[in-house]
This record gives sequence, structure tokens and C-alpha cells, in this order.
Amino acid sequence: MSNTASELQELEVKAYEIRQDVIKMLLEAGSGHTGGPLGMADIFTALYFKLLNYDSKNPHWEQRDRLVLSNGHICPVLYATMAHAGFFPTEELKTLRKLGSRLQGHPHRTALPGLETTSGPLGSGLSESVGMALSGKMDKAKWRVVCLMSDGEQDEGNTWEGVMLAGKYKLDNLVAIMDRNNIQIDGFTEDIMPLNDLSAKYESFNWHVIEIDGHNMQEIIDSFEKAKTLLGKPTLIIANTIPGKGVDFMEGKFEWHGKPPNKEEAQKALDQLETHKNKIKLMN
Amino acid sequence: MINPKAFLNPKIFEPDIETVPTRNGFGEGLVLAAENDENVVGLCADLTESTRMLAFAEKFPHRFIEVGVAEQNLVTVASGMAAAGKIPFTASYATFSPGRNWEQIRTTICYNNLPVKIIGSHTGLSVGPDGATHQALEDLALMRVLPNMIVISPADSIEARKATLAIAKLNKPCYLRLSRDKAPVVTTNETPFEIGKAEVLYEGKDVTIIATGQMVYRALLAAEELKSHKISVRVINCHTIKPIDKKTILQAASETGAIVTAEEHQVTGGLGGAVAEVLSQNYPVPLKIIGVEDSFGESGEPNQLLEKFGLTKEAIIKAVTQVLRMKGERV
Repeated sequence: MSNTASELQELEVKAYEIRQDVIKMLLEAGSGHTGGPLGMADIFTALYFKLLNYDSKNPHWEQRDRLVLSNGHICPVLYATMAHAGFFPTEELKTLRKLGSRLQGHPHRTALPGLETTSGPLGSGLSESVGMALSGKMDKAKWRVVCLMSDGEQDEGNTWEGVMLAGKYKLDNLVAIMDRNNIQIDGFTEDIMPLNDLSAKYESFNWHVIEIDGHNMQEIIDSFEKAKTLLGKPTLIIANTIPGKGVDFMEGKFEWHGKPPNKEEAQKALDQLETHKNKIKLMN
Repeated sequence: MINPKAFLNPKIFEPDIETVPTRNGFGEGLVLAAENDENVVGLCADLTESTRMLAFAEKFPHRFIEVGVAEQNLVTVASGMAAAGKIPFTASYATFSPGRNWEQIRTTICYNNLPVKIIGSHTGLSVGPDGATHQALEDLALMRVLPNMIVISPADSIEARKATLAIAKLNKPCYLRLSRDKAPVVTTNETPFEIGKAEVLYEGKDVTIIATGQMVYRALLAAEELKSHKISVRVINCHTIKPIDKKTILQAASETGAIVTAEEHQVTGGLGGAVAEVLSQNYPVPLKIIGVEDSFGESGEPNQLLEKFGLTKEAIIKAVTQVLRMKGERV
């Protein structure tokens, strides 16, 4: 699939707008996760503004693609993207983590239309996605299941139970996208629990694996489209990302995994993101 | 005397009463439920024959998912299927599911209020020779504490079949407690069964025994024996542990003034706990809870174990006399 330069540019700008909303939400909330949401903004933007089949005005539409966020703690980026995609007013973003909000600290399926699962406890989302994909196969449905997960949750045994079952049932209507950002709460993933060669691991369980730069819009789009053509197996897209992407003092720092910016940090972050956004706009 | 409206097995007090494991009733019920509704699917964690899911799996192979020895996956995959419109039945031994995968049940099923059915077989001491690792004595507590969860503990195989059909139609998470060993068939097809409605099987006015699962049979034996001692005992089959039938319990408290509960489960957190919560906050009367007293089981024949751990007719009779004495002291 070819994408015009202006289309890619629009998506990149959108991703920075979403990052800015993530920072504003976290500042307002006073708690939450910063690194992961900033790192996954490009992928969420590509999914909701280019790749997924859905109707934000009819979130329960039967034929929609199912997006499952397994590592629920990065939900600020999911909420911000959904708001930009028209599921609810962007004004509501500032209710994140507040009493009575539909934007729970970790996403809750029945709280907000458009959320497919409840997540936060790690390692369950892939299995839930497998369940949806199995149902889709039974019903000969056209919709696909996209599971977003973290590298840290590869530590969970439940994840590998899901990996094996997806391979066994040849679920080619399932694509998992792993946020390979190399950090988790306590430190770098390879120090906490070495994951080693994830491609080889997944391939040995009967998965296709594609590795991409998770900040390259063209690669994100191409890998997703390619996955649709790979039959007889589920596909894993390992997206190499930089946690905290776009904010120099957050990039690559596991210390920013689970905390929000203070007022000063937020302003600095917003300024940097604005600069990045404007640079992209100027490029032609 | 036996409540005629309960339509109990006419051979209830005869030595040659037929015995069938409750898991068999589940197996029959699941096939019927699947015939009734094409959205019913089955998932099993490598215990298909033993949990009696096999008949379903053979009849509906395309609606059956074998997940292997992976109980966390069993329920999370089921949650995904329910989110996509299916009515998943998941089967394993209760110490593994809902024992091993409690958090997944909590988050992905109960919090989402999805209609996944957790079938836990091999509960209670009557599992027998396999020993304590396989004897679930905590499952009612684990499931009862979860919001949205319905908890059912059938008295016999016929009731297990009815419960299976009933939970298939209920758009909620449900836990169904089953046992491995053959157990006397107390009820008949005509015996009323409604989720949330405890049934008076034996009428009496001096004291009430509220029992669940296989202990219902022993409670009836105790009531029949006490009748000859001029003690009038009411026996209630409390097959639904959650939501607990407050009305029937409070009526028994006010009309008989003393209660004994009996279950093949720890004395904390199960039927006895549920009844105590109702009584203590509404109509306190003397109460004794028959169950396993804060210990694990062990290997042995089912009847040897039930005797060793005090889950017998004799233990119920002793508890009845104790609550009667407590009641007398109060008067």
C-alpha cells in the first residue's frame, strides 16, 4: 500500500498532538504512566487514523476490528487517541483517574464504549484476544483482533499460554503488536528478566514475526497490512520504540515508566512536543 | 417430614439409593445447553473426560477449545470469547480453576460482568485418594467474594444438570461446584430448581439444617433420625451460595430459632459464612457451622475422610443438639 507523503505527515503531526494531550492529562491527574504512552503514540495514531475498521459513533458495531490493550497502564495514549478519533469529547480527557470518570486509571470495558477489555493486571490481554479471534473464526467473521502488549509482560506465564494457543489454532485473524521499549518499572527488561530473542521464541510457537521501528509511520502501516496477507499463523509485530519519545529528559528512562510530570516538567515537555510537531509541519 | 412439594427421590432413605457423581449431571446438561443455544462453547484444560466435558466436545468439536494444562489461559480466553458473544463453559478441577486463576476471573470476567461459566470439579474431601492438592475446600469462599459472580453448589447429579442449563441462560459470570465421587441422588426431575431460591426439603419447627452439595443428603438422614427422638428438623438445600436466599434463611431463623449449616468446605467463607452474615445482621439465632476446620485434607476413601473430618450425619446430629441447648439457654 502506498501512502502519500502528506498522509504520513498528517499522521505524524496527529501523534504529537496526542502526546501533548497525554502530558496534559497526566499533569491534571497527578498520577499515572508517562513513558509508555509517549512511546506508543505513533502506533495508536496509525491504528485509529489509518488501519482499524471501526465506527466511533457506533462503538459496538458488530463488524469492527477489536483492539485489545493488554498493558492497560499506558491507557492515557489510548484515551487520547480515542478522543481524537471521535469516541468522546477531548474535554473529557482531563477527567482521567478522577472520581466518576469513564477514564479509569486502568481501562475498564464497561466504563467507556469502545474499550474491548479491562486491563492493568499484565499478561491477560493476549489470551483475551485469542478468545476473540477464536470466536471470530467460529463465526467466519471478517473482523480482526489487534492486541497491544508490552515487553515487560512477556515475564508473565499467562502470556505464553496465549502465545501457544494462538499458534495451535493458526489464528491469522490476530495480530499482536509488542511495545519493545526495553523498560519496566524496576529497570531495563534485560536486567529484570532477560527476554533474549523474542522473534525466535514466537516463531518457534508458530507465529510470523515482523520487526519494525515503532516510530516510523510507513513501517507501522506496512507491517500491519503485511500481517493481513500472512495466512495460517498469527503475526507478532515487534515495534522497537523509545519510551518517553519526543521529550528529551524522558526518552529511554525507566524512571519515567510510572510517574507523571510535575507542572514545570509538563511545560517543558509540551514545548518540546510542539517544536517536534512544527518541524514535521514544515517538512515537505 | 419430607416436604411433598420437593418431590424427592422416593428411595431417599433406602440403602440402595442410586449414586451418581454431580460432574455427570454437568456433562449431560452441557450437551443440552449446547443444543439449545449455538453460542454455548466449551473450553477445557486437559481434563475433558474427567470433568465430563467429553460428550460435548465429541458432539460439537468446532465449539470446543482444548487449551492444554493452562488454567490462566482457560478463563482469559473464555473471557475474550464471551466478549465476542459466546457463552463459554470452562472446566477443570477447582483447585486449579478457580484456584490458580483467581485474578484473571476477577479482572477479565467478574469486573466485566461477562457470562463465563467456571466449572470446578473435584471439590470437597470426597475427591478421596488424590489427596489434599486436589481436594478443593476453599472454592466457595474464593468465588463468593467476587462482585457479579453467581455461585452454585448442586446437591446431586440431577440438580447439577438443571444448574448447568440455568447458568447457560443467565447472562452473568457463574461458578458451578462439582464433585468427583458418586453421591446419592436426592432430587428428581420434578424437584423445583431456581437460582437464588433455597428449597425446604424436609419440614420441621425445632431447628433448621441448611446444607449444600453432598451434605444435603446427610442432613436429610440426620433429620429423619432426629424425628425418632421427637426433634422436628427443617432441612434446606441451599444450592445457590450467592446470591444467598436471605428470605428462606430468615424465615427458618424466626420459625425454628436455631440453625446448623453443613458443607464440604472450610468453615470460613463458604455456606456457613454466608448464613452467619445473614443471621448476625438481621435475626441472630444459635448457629453451628459444620465443615473442615482450618485444615487440608489427605488421601483416603471418601467416606473415611468425611468421617475423619467430621462431615457425617452423626456430626450434624451433635451440632443440632448443641444449638438446641444454646437456644434453650437463651429462652
